[in-house]
Amino acid sequence: MAEKIFAEAINEAIAEEMRRDSNVFIMGEDIRLSVYGATANLYKEFGEERVLDTPLSENGFFGAAIGASLVGMRPIVETVTSFMWVAMDQLISQAAKMRYMFGGQATLPVVYRASMMYGSGSAAHHSDRPYPMFMNMPGIKIAVPANSTDAKGLLKTAVRDDDPVIIFEDANLYGTRSEMSEDEIPFGKAEIVKSGTDCTIIGIAASVNLSLEVANNLEKEGISCEVINPRTLVPLDKETILKSVEKTGRLVIVDPAHKVCSAASEISSIVAEEGFWDLQSPIIKVASEQVHIPYAPSLEKLVYPNIEKVSKAVKKTLE
Amino acid sequence: MEITKEIQKLMLERMWTIRTFEEKVMEVHEAGEFVGAAHPYIGEEGVAVGVCLALKDTDYIAGNHRSHGHPLAKGGSIKKAMAEIYGRVDGYCNGKGGSMHLADFSVGILGESGIVASSVPVATGAGLASKIGKKDFVSVVFFGDGASNQGACHESMNLASIWKLPVIFVCENNQFAITTSYQNSVAVDNVSDRAQAYNMPGILVDGQNVEAMYEATTEAVKRARNGEGPTLIEGLTYRFEEHSLGLGRVRRGEYRTEEEINKWRDRDPILIHSKKLIDRGILSEEECKEIESNSYSQTEEAVEFARNSSFPEPSDLYEDMWANPIPKP
Repeated sequence: MAEKIFAEAINEAIAEEMRRDSNVFIMGEDIRLSVYGATANLYKEFGEERVLDTPLSENGFFGAAIGASLVGMRPIVETVTSFMWVAMDQLISQAAKMRYMFGGQATLPVVYRASMMYGSGSAAHHSDRPYPMFMNMPGIKIAVPANSTDAKGLLKTAVRDDDPVIIFEDANLYGTRSEMSEDEIPFGKAEIVKSGTDCTIIGIAASVNLSLEVANNLEKEGISCEVINPRTLVPLDKETILKSVEKTGRLVIVDPAHKVCSAASEISSIVAEEGFWDLQSPIIKVASEQVHIPYAPSLEKLVYPNIEKVSKAVKKTLE
Repeated sequence: MEITKEIQKLMLERMWTIRTFEEKVMEVHEAGEFVGAAHPYIGEEGVAVGVCLALKDTDYIAGNHRSHGHPLAKGGSIKKAMAEIYGRVDGYCNGKGGSMHLADFSVGILGESGIVASSVPVATGAGLASKIGKKDFVSVVFFGDGASNQGACHESMNLASIWKLPVIFVCENNQFAITTSYQNSVAVDNVSDRAQAYNMPGILVDGQNVEAMYEATTEAVKRARNGEGPTLIEGLTYRFEEHSLGLGRVRRGEYRTEEEINKWRDRDPILIHSKKLIDRGILSEEECKEIESNSYSQTEEAVEFARNSSFPEPSDLYEDMWANPIPKP
């Protein structure tokens, strides 16, 4: 299959789903003119009624998407992670809790596409990677695409799923080009990006590419790493992870979220609980420093996982 | 506006259903028969009943924490409502929701929210679905004077108005957010005045007059179905009881007087409507009494049903989480 740009893959998934099912519509801020890059030309094909530019009222329109989904529509909401904070009541009190709280009476096929704009000098208010907070809250499925194939396949699965889904789109990937390898990607099935025998590296979102780069570098030094892309965090494919650790005996988790109670924390606790006897060295989490995102480039670059930190971690597991 | 005799009679029946249900809930709560809080709707029955009887079965409503009255007004099962309050498997929500989430989706309810104003965006979204899907249904949300100060309410009214959605915002102004008077917390004289800011009609109605609520709603429904957009209806009413059962006693004398409470008790929506039906010769005094006593027996049956229903089993804990289930972590 051909190569595709990440944002283009998202656009294609939306258009295909809107063509397939007239109940699918999209809403968000400045989406008709595709200010955030993934919704170009949709309103030309589907009209303004199914491509809604919203007022700056995240709590209002996040909730309206929930209400529309309850009565048969399949809304896709586009947003930026940092704007989710003002809509938390609707995301948590309604989207996450409704089905259980009402004894299964409510079905909410709603998708939130939240872009994570970090690492680009956007400072503390526009650089959030908050998926771990949502992992802690039952009721929301969470996807973390790592490339164009994931972006398209996971979004299509999300739209067809009958539960609320948040797709955390790594904005560092928006302009990147990668090979399209699969068309549909099920939730809860991790991808083994590279096979190896000495150490397992699990990457989240763009960190998959970072992990792969490290693995390729270390291969030249004779270290064989297995790289895993979980694709979804809820559900999490722990079987693939545990099986890999059984083989390698070592684990490094690369997570751009803050280190405390991160996705890396959860994965590491699962392996500690269920794969402890396979481990030959302590698990290492390479996650973001527990500070807010500073504006100055000299400081911001210190926060996130990078090649040096990940390489060092892998080598440490082999000491 | 001509209201049929059947509807006039049904108004009385539904108001009695809610009243006797709530009296029973207070009684069995006092006796310790169920856990948690409950917020009696006594005194406000005219609002829910007047609004719901002006709707079709295919229309949707969403409620709030004080929402025992809403599913009952829309024709939801009384037995299942009581069983839910008792936390039993035969409740609307299989015992997982309780008093503050007393939603019967089978009669078009989109949830009753324990978080104040949280249902307002949801109901607005049902209106959006009606418009995008070119459907005929309207969506109604019930919220209080307290909720009218939440951003969710204002954002939703603006959305509904710019998109001309078939949504009816019904403010049940019972005058207090727990102990805080709306007069001290709303910057305008009436909640309905706020409609002006959203370019929609804002109608102030006597909430103790079930027929007035019915008429105002009928007008709003007509506008909504004609594509003319949303309406804000404020039903001015009064909470006869305290805020909540089970959240400790509030000394009522410190935020409202017995005199004020008694003045409003004289304006009981059930008394007002019964008198009208008798004066019009639609029902005799005996027939009104019969409706009342039927309601009491119906409620007794509901309590018996609830008491005889089982609590959920431990194996039910993980049920109802997902529409497309995923493995337990």
